[in-house]
Amino acid sequence: MHAETSAPAAIIEAVNISKSFGPVPVLFSVSMDVRPGEVHALIGENGAGKSTFMKILSGFHEPTSGQIRLDGESTSLPPNGAAEKLGVVLIHQELNLAEQLTVEENVFLGRELKKNGFLDRAAMRAAVQKHLDEIGLDILPTDRISSLTIAQKQMVEIVKAVSRNARILIMDEPTAVLTEEETQVFFRQVEKLKTSGVGIVFVSHKLNEVKTIADRVTVLRDGQWIDTRPSQDLTPDMMAQMMVGRELSDLYPPMEEADVDAEVVLAVDGLCTAEVNNVSFRLRKGEILGFSGLIGAGRTAVFEAICGLLPIESGTINLFGRDVGPMTVAEARDAGLAYLTKDRKEKGLLLNKKMQPNLTLFALPKFVKNFAIDRKAEEEALKRAIRRFDVRTRDPDITVGKLSGGNQQKLLLAKIMESDPKIVVIDEPTRGIDVGTKQQIYHFIAALAAEGVSVVVISSEMPEIIGICHRIIVMREGHITGVLTGDHINENEIMRYAAGLKREELH
Amino acid sequence: MTSASDSTASKGARRASIDLKTLGPAIALLLLCIIGFLLNPAFVSEGNLTNLLTRSAFIGIIAVGATFVITAGGIDLSVGSMAAAIAGIMIIVMDNAVETLGSGVPTVLLGCGVAIILGIGAGWINGTLTTKGKIEAFIVTLGTMGIYRSLVTYFADGGTLSLNFEVRGTYRPVYYDSFLGLPFPVWVFIAVAICGWLLLNRTAFGRYCTAIGSNEAVAQYSAINVDRVKTLTYIIQGLCVAFATIIYVPRLGSASASTGVLWELEAIAAVIIGGTVLKGGYGRIGGTILGALILTTIGNILNFTDMISNYLNGTMQGLIIIVAVFLQRSDWKLGKTKAS
Repeated sequence: MHAETSAPAAIIEAVNISKSFGPVPVLFSVSMDVRPGEVHALIGENGAGKSTFMKILSGFHEPTSGQIRLDGESTSLPPNGAAEKLGVVLIHQELNLAEQLTVEENVFLGRELKKNGFLDRAAMRAAVQKHLDEIGLDILPTDRISSLTIAQKQMVEIVKAVSRNARILIMDEPTAVLTEEETQVFFRQVEKLKTSGVGIVFVSHKLNEVKTIADRVTVLRDGQWIDTRPSQDLTPDMMAQMMVGRELSDLYPPMEEADVDAEVVLAVDGLCTAEVNNVSFRLRKGEILGFSGLIGAGRTAVFEAICGLLPIESGTINLFGRDVGPMTVAEARDAGLAYLTKDRKEKGLLLNKKMQPNLTLFALPKFVKNFAIDRKAEEEALKRAIRRFDVRTRDPDITVGKLSGGNQQKLLLAKIMESDPKIVVIDEPTRGIDVGTKQQIYHFIAALAAEGVSVVVISSEMPEIIGICHRIIVMREGHITGVLTGDHINENEIMRYAAGLKREELH
Repeated sequence: MTSASDSTASKGARRASIDLKTLGPAIALLLLCIIGFLLNPAFVSEGNLTNLLTRSAFIGIIAVGATFVITAGGIDLSVGSMAAAIAGIMIIVMDNAVETLGSGVPTVLLGCGVAIILGIGAGWINGTLTTKGKIEAFIVTLGTMGIYRSLVTYFADGGTLSLNFEVRGTYRPVYYDSFLGLPFPVWVFIAVAICGWLLLNRTAFGRYCTAIGSNEAVAQYSAINVDRVKTLTYIIQGLCVAFATIIYVPRLGSASASTGVLWELEAIAAVIIGGTVLKGGYGRIGGTILGALILTTIGNILNFTDMISNYLNGTMQGLIIIVAVFLQRSDWKLGKTKAS
């Protein structure tokens, strides 16, 4: 404490923040402060509570206990982004810009300068130009947002924040969508912001970047504050170490040995798509193969391409020993390959329909008899699925949107399994569902594999992927960077491959 | 024993609540008929009722097709112009065929065949531009609406295309004759309605239309060929327009630039009054048919009474559309509170 008295006083300080959603605690007494002119990185695994904490720091959530101090005074931040007026700005990962308006219109949106009742465009343009010059961004105030790159859009968000006299900028994975060069440009601009005295909270999974840009690092794990340290005292490996390190409980089913000599059911060679670069792998009968990596590493794109949802640029796919060209989703399904999306609300289920039409939609040709849908068979399928997947609902006529997340996920799983796939790809099997349902889904996946179905699990939750998979492939920026089996599977290794600290020479 | 009776009771209650919602248009039609009868008892005369049904047939048949397009999340504004273009080309083809085929049934059949091919083709153009061309259905059909309409004007040289007098004699019964007491157009209407209902409610295709209108991404991820299904809905629409035109041409035996004007709006209105959701995902053929009958009945009642000028027909139809949609909305709110 005394050693830090020389440091400038913090602009914002979170003291012993705890937060529960209903009965579920997410944060336990987390503290963090941000000083003027520093970049303070916040790191932790998915589900560690970073997002919640950021939202509390910016007033979008109210803490259950603990306090936020602004310039040393305890305050309660106004909700819904109104904290911007106090100089605290959260920049969301999905940017908040009106695509069809120009840069200047976006920057001044909602507080336009006026003269005699009309917009004072000249004054606004001059003000925006000044900010753009300061930050060193080479675009015009009159450029339309839709014509900018993602990196430029991000900088417009920052200009917007700065023009509103932001003193604290909270950025949620700003570099996740940037290329390496764009990241470099972004960092130069962050440096400039620092010199003007803005305090920056930087959330990232890319530990090398954290090491480069951050002055201090705070680590969260399972909603707990682990440590805050100057970044020069840390290596990326140490950060990874601090982020993980937890015991695996009986949440996961006992692992059955994978038969390494089982036949290969899916062989992919040199697959390239817009987001995927030269991906090759083998999947064996009865194997549970994990795909790990950061969000945006291209894992989903690999399987959406194989299953006919995205165009393939090049590469070969061999399914059950037969070379197949690009397939439609229906052809993949008929060949015994099914993909279960991670986005169950937007791509998985018809939320305004009942369970029955949802359940049979994927495998509907199976239910057609004499050109008509066999509704009795549909009803029986629903009864079977409710039993098999333990979908819990009082009323089978309920619209799916009203089911809990866990029940929706079970229904989606049931929907995909109606087609009796031999290979099933499950993308984020347990996103946003409670731990009890998670356990059921893990056991279901294990049972499937034991029956000889091959399962691919794409997951950003490391404990889960380690807990259920026989073998793990790690991807980064569209490439496979490592393959882990048996005793080599641990969170440290995966994190190092995923963050680009280590790379396996493949083939 | 008790559990069995419980379950039947709950099933009965459920059915009743669904019926209340779907019965809306039927109740509205019944009310209109009672009003019509009170204003003038001649409203329920056999002659008037068959006339009313025959008149409903054009819009009704087109609206059955529109139900598919709208259920799958699309819209087709070109149907009125399409009907006019098909009628025009049909007449030209038949007139030219008189020399070789004579003025008998073969010429009429040729005309009908041409109508069906044109309907399918026009629907395919609308569908393909929407799906493969990735242009909004509203824009595509706004464009084809203008194109088809101007084609009729061009073929008719700004005037009227008239069917050869003798062919007209052969063709005439299709509109004016009856079978078992019902005019032929009504039979066509009934046939199209039944086929449409079966297709939408009992086949995988109908389920796919609903799924696509409900959420296209989910449909795509559920192994549905979204483009093909959407294109097919426009083809069905074109086919329905062809049927409507086939029974319409013998009525006047002519086609001009004013043929089928505003039919697209009446068809869409019939679909919406019937309870189909304009943004897609939920369609009702039965409701559409009632909607078409309601629209025709309003005009018919205004003909029978002096209280409201016949020129206000559009006003009454407009009011009914707005009220119908308003009632559907409050109906849904009610359903929601019940469920929760």
